Formats: sequence, C-alpha cells, structure tokens
Amino acid sequence: MTARATPRWLASGAASLLTTPLRADDFLELVNPLWSRRQLWGRVEAVRRETPDVATLTIRPGRGWREHRPGQYVGTAVRVAGVWRHRPYSVSSAPGRPDGCFQITVKAARDGRVSRRLVFEAAPGTAIRLDSPAGEFVLPEEVPERVLFLTAGSGITPVMSMLRHLALRDAMPDVVLLHSARTPEDVIFGAELRALAGRFPRLRLHECHTRPARGTVDPDRARSQRLAGLLAVCPDWSRRSTWACGPSGLLAEVETLWSEAGVADRLRVERFHPAVASPAVPGPGGSGGGGGASVHFTRSGRRVATDGATPLLHAGESAGVLMPSGCRMGICRGCVARLGAGRVRDLRTGVEHGEAGELVQTCVSAAAGDVDIDL
Amino acid sequence: MPDRPEMTAADIDELGRELDQIRAQVTASLGEDDARYIRRIICVQRLLEVGGRATMFASRRPPAWLAGTTMLAFAKILENMEIGHNVMHGQWDWMGDPTIHSTTWEWDAVSPSDQWRQAHNYRHHTYTNVLGKDRDIGFGILRMTPAQRWNPAYLGQPLYNLVLAATFEWGVAIFDTEIDRAVNGEKTWQETFTHLGAMLRKGGRQALKDYLVFPLLAGPAFLPVLLGNLAANVVRNLWAHTIIFCGHFPDGVETFTPEQVERETRGEWYLRQLLGSANIEGSPLFHILSGNLSHQIEHHLFPDLPSNRYAEIAPQVRALCERFGLPYTTGSLPTQTANVWARVLRLALPGQAAAPAIPAPRRPERRVSAAHRRVRAQYQLAKYQLGY
Ligand SMILES: Cc1cc2nc3c(=O)[nH]c(=O)nc-3n(C[C@H](O)[C@H](O)[C@H](O)COP(=O)(O)OP(=O)(O)OC[C@H]3O[C@@H](n4cnc5c(N)ncnc54)[C@H](O)[C@@H]3O)c2cc1C
Ligand code: FES
Repeated sequence: MTARATPRWLASGAASLLTTPLRADDFLELVNPLWSRRQLWGRVEAVRRETPDVATLTIRPGRGWREHRPGQYVGTAVRVAGVWRHRPYSVSSAPGRPDGCFQITVKAARDGRVSRRLVFEAAPGTAIRLDSPAGEFVLPEEVPERVLFLTAGSGITPVMSMLRHLALRDAMPDVVLLHSARTPEDVIFGAELRALAGRFPRLRLHECHTRPARGTVDPDRARSQRLAGLLAVCPDWSRRSTWACGPSGLLAEVETLWSEAGVADRLRVERFHPAVASPAVPGPGGSGGGGGASVHFTRSGRRVATDGATPLLHAGESAGVLMPSGCRMGICRGCVARLGAGRVRDLRTGVEHGEAGELVQTCVSAAAGDVDIDL
Repeated sequence: MPDRPEMTAADIDELGRELDQIRAQVTASLGEDDARYIRRIICVQRLLEVGGRATMFASRRPPAWLAGTTMLAFAKILENMEIGHNVMHGQWDWMGDPTIHSTTWEWDAVSPSDQWRQAHNYRHHTYTNVLGKDRDIGFGILRMTPAQRWNPAYLGQPLYNLVLAATFEWGVAIFDTEIDRAVNGEKTWQETFTHLGAMLRKGGRQALKDYLVFPLLAGPAFLPVLLGNLAANVVRNLWAHTIIFCGHFPDGVETFTPEQVERETRGEWYLRQLLGSANIEGSPLFHILSGNLSHQIEHHLFPDLPSNRYAEIAPQVRALCERFGLPYTTGSLPTQTANVWARVLRLALPGQAAAPAIPAPRRPERRVSAAHRRVRAQYQLAKYQLGY
C-alpha cells in the first residue's frame, strides 16, 4: 500500500510544480474529462428512447466512481445554454455492469430545462459532471421475504434498478409491483417489466392506467380511488416491506395510509420534488409567499434580491455563486451552509428558524427577511 | 480641464438608465456561445503553454528558442489578460463552472488572486481615478496627474516606470499587499505580513517553476530555457503595463476628488467610469490579447459582463456619449502609449502643479425624496452585486 502510495504522492507533487498555479487536472480535463481526479465526470455512451418523452442514458463514469446500491441516485450537472445545472437522477441499471457504465432514465418535464436537454439533445460524447451515488432508498443486503413496490410514472426508475439487481442474482423474493402510468405505452420499461413478471412467478406486476376519462372528476378523488383499487390487489400490503416512488400527491396519501395502519416503519419513500408547504411551486424568480429580502453571500461578495418562496439554493445559483447541492429537496444535507445573520423559512413546513452560525439546508430554505450566508 | 457641456442631474440619471438597459440586454442574452468562447480561449491558452514549453526543450537551436518563447509569452498574456483578469472579475461566474469562477481562479502571476481581487475589483473599480483613494493612480510611485503634489523623487519617474514595466507582475504583487496602507494605519501590520507571506509563497512557486524546474528538466538546455521563460515573463509584463497605463492615463481622461464621489448616484458613478477610462483601437486579435481592456470604458462601466461582449456594446456606449456631449477617449496603441510616456516625462518635472480646480459635475439643489432614497438603495445593492 504505502509502497505504492508514496511515489504517487511524489508524482502529484512533482506534477504540481510543473503546472502551478494550475493543477495537472486542468490540462487532463481538456484531453479527457474522465481522467480528472478532482471532479468526477461521466460521458454519455448511448441514448435509448423508452417512450416519446423518456430516454435512458448509458453513462461511463470517470475516475473516482463508486458503484451504486440499487435504488440510489446520482447528482448530475448538465450544461444548458452555457450554465451548469444540477439535478439528481436515480440509477435505473443494476450495479456491476461488465462495461463499467450505469444508466439513468429521464422523463422530459414540461418546460424542464435539464430533463429536456438530457432526453432530446444528449448524444454519445456529451460530458456531464457527477457526484457519487447517494440516498437511503435502497434494498438492504438481506432482502425481505415479502416486498411491495408502489410506483408511478418516472418513479419506476430506482425500483427498476432493484428489480434488475434481484433478477440478475436470480433471487426474486415475493414481490408485488403496483405501477401507475397514463397509458400502457407510457409505462417506462413496460416490455421488460412484463417479461420479468413472466420469468419470475414470484413477481406479480399490476399496471394501472390512469388516463383521465373525458369530463373527469376531481383528480384528488380519482387518485384516492385508484390507490384503494391498487391496494385491493395486494391485500397483505401492510405486512410487506414497501418502497414507494412517484408524484408528491400519491406519496403523501401513501404515507397517511401507512401511518394510520401503524406500519409507517415498513414504508420507504423517494420524492423527486420537495413537498412544499406553501406556496405551491417556487417558480423561477418565484412569486408570492412573503415580501422581498436581500440575501448576502458573504464569501462571494454577492447580494441577491429574492422573495420568501425562492430557495436560497436557487437564489445563489442564479447569481453565479458556487452553491453545493445534492438531492435538491431536503434529504441529503449536501447543500448546507452557515447562516451568518437573519432567519430562514423551511419551505416544507413553513416554520421560521435560524440563528447565527446555524447550518441551514439551502435547497428547502427561503430568506425570511435579509440574511447573510457564509458562501 | 473638461471641455464638455455640463450635465444636469436629470441627464445623468437618464444616462444611468440607458446604461442599465445595455447591461440588462447583455445579461439576458448570455448563453452557450459565450460559454464556448471562454472555453476555447482557455483551451488555446493551455495548448500554447504546453507547446511553448515543449518547444523550448529544443532551444539550443535558436529558431526553437524563439518559437517556444513566443508561444509561452502569448500564453502568459492570454492567461493574465483575457482569462485571469476577467474570470476574477466574476465575468464568467454565471456559468456556474467551479473551474472558471472568480472564487477559485488562481492566475499565472505573482499576486495571489484573493489579494489582487481585493485591491483591484474593490479599490480600483470602486474609486476609479479618485485622488487619494484609487491607489492605481501612479501605483504609489509615479506622478500621473498634476493634481499630485510634486517632490524631487518624481524626477526619477521615467526610470521607475521603465523598471515597473519590466517587472510589472512583482510590482503589482507588492502593491497588492498594501504596505502603504499599513504605514498609514489603515490596515494592521499582522494582516499585511500575512499577505506578504502568501505573496512570497506564490511568487516563490512561480519563480521555482520558471527559473529552476523547467530549466532543470531541459538538461543541457538549462540556460536557454531559463532565459526563454524570463523573456516570456518580461514580454508579458511590458504588455500588461502598456495596456493598463493606456486605459487610465492618456490625455482626456479625468481624475476626481473624494468630495466629488460622496453621495454619488448610480448615474454619477457610471459617468465617472466613463470619464476616467480610455479605449485603445485595434484588430479583434489585439482586443483579445489586451483582455478586451482595449474596451476599458465598457469594462469600467460593466466590470462583470463577459469581455467578449464589450466590442458589441461599444458602439452603443459611444452613441450615448455623443448624445450627451461626453468625450469617448480612444486612440491607437502607439498614439496612446506615446501620450502616456509623454505625460510620465512631463510630470517628472515640477510645474503644472497648480492643478486647475476640478469643477464638480453641476448638482442642482437636491431634495431628498423617497424616489431618490430608493435609487440610492438600488445603487448600493448594485454595487454589492457587482462585487465591490
Ligand atoms: C432523489 C431524486 C431522484 C430523481 N430521479 C429521477 C429520475 O430517475 N428520472 C427523472 O426523470 N427525474 C428524476 N428526478 C427529478 C429530477 O431531478 C428533476 O427535478 C427533473 O428532471 C426536472 O428537472 P428540469 O430541470 O427538467 O426541470 P426544471 O426546469 O427544474 O423545472 C421545471 C419543471 O419541473 C416541474 N417541477 C418543478 N418543481 C416541481 C415540484 N415541486 N413538483 C412537481 N413538479 C415540479 C415543473 O412543473 C416543470 O415541468 C429525481 C429527483 C430526485 C430528488
Ligand atoms: S441538496 Fe440535499 S438536502 Fe439540500
């Protein structure tokens, strides 16, 4: 170990003497970003269309990549119109691919800046920045006897990684997969899921197609009815270890049901967007929700005017401050920054808090009045 | 002194609004083309640097020495002017790229980036051409305006300026440690020594690389490589010095008194930047090599807008100057250089000491209205946003 470590240390010391004030990586990244040591990069190797607005990207990670656990996501940064934008995506492939690549499966959101770029414009050769896989929405080493996967739309992606992993190990437990999508054609991985269900009798797949009938009723009611209908297919749902991933409304309902049944500890959920207390969606440049405030990023010397609904993370990014981030929705704490002065509002609960020196999650905190952030 | 019609406060506000609009237009249209521009420049710079140093290994043959030295000199000029200076102004921060960002860039010059940013972005760009506040006026050793009181030490200033030009990166680095401010008690000695230490460490590494490591690697070509690196550094120094002196010191550029900048509005701040800077005319390649500081006026109005956009807004700024009867100082590189050196020689001698009193831009009686306070608040905010 040390015998190898020492010359490497020497080599990098010597290299930095040649490149100072830059680093060897500044030159290497120009030739091939995947060689970089300071930044994990990925290169898109292939793009496969799953449905008209969903694509799977096969990505070759560079130096420093650590294999994901099935269900985890990776933080990505993609260049859109010259600006690096950060978004997390669940890994949809099983770990341990022989080619060393992994896959993400992206649904183009309406007006989505990053998702549309990835789905419609990414091509083999596109370089993206990566973080190491993260997240606790994973299968444990010891896979439970009876499992329920409850997914909707693009929420199938982390579960797909788990299913593929189980299939590869040929160790399928008793699994029920309840999946909703608008139409049969909209089911991402539809053919593969159906084939898996055919191959493993212990895997029961139940699809629910939700395209609203004309002149439909209240969407919330329709969803409740659908959920009840789905769970009727799996009467022992409360005794199963459950993983649920889908739109916020569905997940909120699932959480209520499970805790009412007293089995909240058997439920794990993955959200793709933060469940915001109020106001509903913090749009770009946000509006509503409290008066204006000025955020001072003290180390970068930048001041930004924001409102009470815009996460500090977005405010900083729009001003060109280098903001750390991960999940961007309040779970990983990859975005925490020290509060210098002022108070913030947690966008999930609406609760105001904060004292000087406190670490706040910038992705789910908005300024409640003027604040100083140590970034 | 200024031979231009006086502007009313309303005119100055209007000028400010027009310039804000130019700024907003550019900001809104930044995109992939701009990002590609800076990435390409960086790529070319690194190729030139690697190519220059590699070629110099063969420098026992004179043509290889010349080619290698030239490439390295160009690389250093590009790095300092179009890349380092502009990246450190935050011109490219909007890309969110951690490797091309004002808070992470370390440039190929002796002065550590954080010290330079403080001295340059804050002091020079906030107090542009304000006597006693803008330390860049004469860099503490030269008399560049008759308003500076003459003393016999200035007799030697043609020589000082020549030495400063050849060793510019060291001059700037020592200047940025702000020893003079410690002497005046505006800064603690402890802080000054910390700055000095950081500067010497960085300068040491720079010198080690250029004058020992690369020459040693070249083996028998030790001496030619050392001399080539030295030549590249000196050429870069002369170039940077020339461009910078042509930006603020030619005839036609105005200086200001601290009283004039008190209670300055945003429009007045813009006006001072306009009057305190001068452009240099030249080809597109010349503009790039000057770091687009050939568009010094546009740079001082909008220090954090990407440099590749200055050329496109220059005609708009010039048109505004015509509309308001303001000078737009510009000239070719030889003309402006000769002009600046003539001034260095002229002001080495006493006389002209009775600086004509600089008339303040006329200010009608001000009533501090709510609207006025709002404008001032916006102005303060804008100053912070610009990173001063
Ligand atoms: C852990 C995790 C894993 C994820 N995995 C995947 C994945 O596997 N596949 C995938 O496609 N996406 C996944 N996402 C979502 C992804 O990160 C992006 O949020 C998504 O692609 C939209 O980004 P965008 O830049 O295209 O949209 P933006 O430009 O950021 O936003 C515009 C779009 O987002 C929608 N939007 C914004 N906020 C909300 C909200 N609170 N609720 C609902 N919609 C909102 C808007 O309606 C609009 O369509 C995951 C997110 C997380 C946190
Ligand atoms: S980015 Fe994950 S908690 Fe904020």
